[in-house]
Amino acid sequence: MGNPSDGAPQHGGTVATAGQSGGAFEDPGIPPHRLRLSDTDPKAAKRAERQVTALFIISVIGTVVFLVSYFAIDLGPTSTVDTIRTQNLLLGFGTAFAMLGIGTGIVHWAKSLMPDHEVSEARHELRSEEDRQAAVKIVDDIIEETGIKRRPLIRNTLIGALALAPLPALAVFGDLGPNATDMLRHTMWAPNAQTGKKVRLTRDPDGTPIRAADVTIGSAFHVIPEGLNDLKENKNNEKAKAVVLLMRLNPEDLHVSPGRESWNYNGIVAYSKICTHVGCPVALYEQQTHHLLCPCHQSTFDLTHECQVIFGPASRPLPQLPIEVDSDGYLVASSDFHEPVGPSYWEREYS
Amino acid sequence: MSSTPSSYQPPTKVGRIAEFVDQRTGLSSVAREFGRKVFPDHWSFMFGEVALYCFIVLLMSGTFLTFFFNPSMADTTYQGAYVPLRGMDMSVAYQSSLNISFEIRGGLFMRQLHHWAALLFVAAMSVHMLRVFFTGAFRKPREMNWVIGGVLLILGMAAGFTGYSLPDDLLSGNGLRIIDGVVMAIPVIGTWISMFLFGGEFPGTAIVGRLYVMHILLIPAMILGLVALHLMFVVLQKHTQYPGPGRNDRNVVGYPLGPVYAAKAGGFFFIVFGVLAAMAAAFTINPIWNYGPYDPSPVSAGTQPDWYIGWVDGALRLMPGVIGDIGGYRQHFEFVIFNQTLSLNILLPALVPAIIVFTVLFTYPWIERWITRDDREHHVLDRPRNAPTRTAIGMAGFTFYCVMWAAASSDLIATHFHVSLNDVTYWLRALFFVGPIIAFTVTKRIAIGLQRKDREIALHGRETGRIVRLPHGEFIEVHAPLDEYKLYKLVAFEAPLPLPAQPNAKGVVNRSERRRAKLSKWFFEDRVAPVSPAELEAAHAHAHHEAIESAPTGSGH
Repeated sequence: MGNPSDGAPQHGGTVATAGQSGGAFEDPGIPPHRLRLSDTDPKAAKRAERQVTALFIISVIGTVVFLVSYFAIDLGPTSTVDTIRTQNLLLGFGTAFAMLGIGTGIVHWAKSLMPDHEVSEARHELRSEEDRQAAVKIVDDIIEETGIKRRPLIRNTLIGALALAPLPALAVFGDLGPNATDMLRHTMWAPNAQTGKKVRLTRDPDGTPIRAADVTIGSAFHVIPEGLNDLKENKNNEKAKAVVLLMRLNPEDLHVSPGRESWNYNGIVAYSKICTHVGCPVALYEQQTHHLLCPCHQSTFDLTHECQVIFGPASRPLPQLPIEVDSDGYLVASSDFHEPVGPSYWEREYS
Repeated sequence: MSSTPSSYQPPTKVGRIAEFVDQRTGLSSVAREFGRKVFPDHWSFMFGEVALYCFIVLLMSGTFLTFFFNPSMADTTYQGAYVPLRGMDMSVAYQSSLNISFEIRGGLFMRQLHHWAALLFVAAMSVHMLRVFFTGAFRKPREMNWVIGGVLLILGMAAGFTGYSLPDDLLSGNGLRIIDGVVMAIPVIGTWISMFLFGGEFPGTAIVGRLYVMHILLIPAMILGLVALHLMFVVLQKHTQYPGPGRNDRNVVGYPLGPVYAAKAGGFFFIVFGVLAAMAAAFTINPIWNYGPYDPSPVSAGTQPDWYIGWVDGALRLMPGVIGDIGGYRQHFEFVIFNQTLSLNILLPALVPAIIVFTVLFTYPWIERWITRDDREHHVLDRPRNAPTRTAIGMAGFTFYCVMWAAASSDLIATHFHVSLNDVTYWLRALFFVGPIIAFTVTKRIAIGLQRKDREIALHGRETGRIVRLPHGEFIEVHAPLDEYKLYKLVAFEAPLPLPAQPNAKGVVNRSERRRAKLSKWFFEDRVAPVSPAELEAAHAHAHHEAIESAPTGSGH
């Protein structure tokens, strides 16, 4: 056991039990005021005055710089990046000096020339007992005068009316968006319903079709469906579902599960580019390891195992787009995706 | 309310105006009440001011931006000043953001000022709340103001995120995509909320306009109202003060509002504005022209949200989606139950950490009040070391937050330090659970160590660095006693003992009371009591000590 006054632990970490019983120290009060140099030396006070004035003048200069650079430099459809950068610097530093001049000037003034005596003020009670009693009486009287306790019928119908009144607002809000229908399930890759014509895979963003013979082993294409660029409406909505990554691997490297044998063409595979986690584009293809990496949350998909998740927060493999080659040698989608693309949602299995 | 006109004749012009107003409003009582109101002064009280001033700068620069910004998602082709993007298809919102940056004088400056002020606004609020927590300023009677502060922090984050998404650039569009993905994971109503938010499928053509209304109307109005309430409480309850000589729970010591405090606080507004302006002048923030317009297909590597959203994004990154192969089947966190899809790999990280952080934040004042059974008003702050358990809890929470925050940059950490991205994630996953525990233990030990050091100094005085050789050959260092003011600062605090379970009105010790007693033990068990006058007396009476203190200077040479 150590010396009780040296702060060493005793009784399981408790130190010095004498503290509570030995009484408390008396408050010596606010320490004596120390005068500043500018309080005692008139020269120092004069110097501080000049410094404050100089700071205010710096502010004036800053404002002038702002105005000059605002009117002297004009911007328009032909302005260059250099002009914009110069003006931004001048406007910004003009404002900075205008503001800092005033700010530091006032603070310097306050700290060096205004009285700096600390003063003490008593706190008041936040409420008095007298007020509380008076308030309770008033509230009781008000409730009594309304008669709400004696006439429960009025009270209950009012509660009912108030409870129902917000419903129109809810109904109006309901119109902000359509209900979830099966639109999340369908993309532009579905063959034309009338003609049965299959959709060609085209390059993102120019929309030129991709010939199977042009896809060499190890290459990767960012793909959009044919006709996407011609859409007048909802182009981004369709693109957000339909973007696809196309890659060609050595066919021996692909592990194809039963039922998907016809989904690739000579080792060319196409997968949805929309991450199954929260929907970022899975844009990074590691050619050597055949991994696809989402740059947002680092979900990693193994291309050789049908884009199974091997790392990161995604749970589901990327949906595969079945592809084949049409009579002209261009790649087309055999059908739409067999499952909804993108992030999971509650009705995913049946909507 | 006298009917006879006042005979007072103001001598100056300003005085005559003041008299005119006062006769019709009675505002002189306000000047009398507030003119010399005392405010305590301390550098750590400035964070709240910084937040307030950032908000004012945000209102001013934001108003400028609304004059030129067009929140429409209609398609257009860019023909403006920025050559690399000419001829590109984009939304009108993005085009008008480019116009503000490149063709409107001062527009780029205002955009950067607005963005920097927003980043600093949330940062200042966060640091302010840490200050309030660690000094115990949330205790009675300020619990409600603590809650208002918490709501303001959430609103600040909401204001930031809604504003971040407005330019409709590639980066913010991917941010919205992530929000959409998280919303869709909500059970039962998720898909419907997503459709409701975006007016149909993602991205649709409605979201920017809707976020705009929230960003410039709803959220700022709520912030403004709550800031007013927050400040009203500060005036009503008067500011807290740090412990020290002359300060107690019944007074407030500081500078009078007029002139010196008002000058310092008012001048500080200009300083905050000036610093933000310098940042907006010199440091590029959110260069949307580099990202390009939103397009669902591309994404840039190393995407980062603004800093205050980082912890939520980091939590999303930390969660493993797949556990591994067990019994030949891949085990993952997405479950299909009765044909309904439940994505726990998204829901858990998106909701659970935020629920934990905000539940603890909002309820902490009441939790501590219940554990300590302390119903007194506190106007004197705690030095963090003098409330070791609270300080340790705060640091545990801070660490929890920071681990998630760091995880939002896991890819950048990996590329900058040339380590494996997977390893960074594994380490952060471990720290997510272990970090807060380590932080709690270490902080508590440091706080208790500092208290012991305080005791040491209070009892034996401060080290002077003067070595003295005693007649019998022993070398000792001379300790100088503290003056009464410094001593008081070190000894004037409370170190309560654990409060055992108390019987209630019926004389029964119920289960919740026993639980409280256990927590009280945990809270106060490790304590260092302040030095008492008797102890100091004993220390001074120590003959050994006396010898040192009376040793003549320089006798050892």
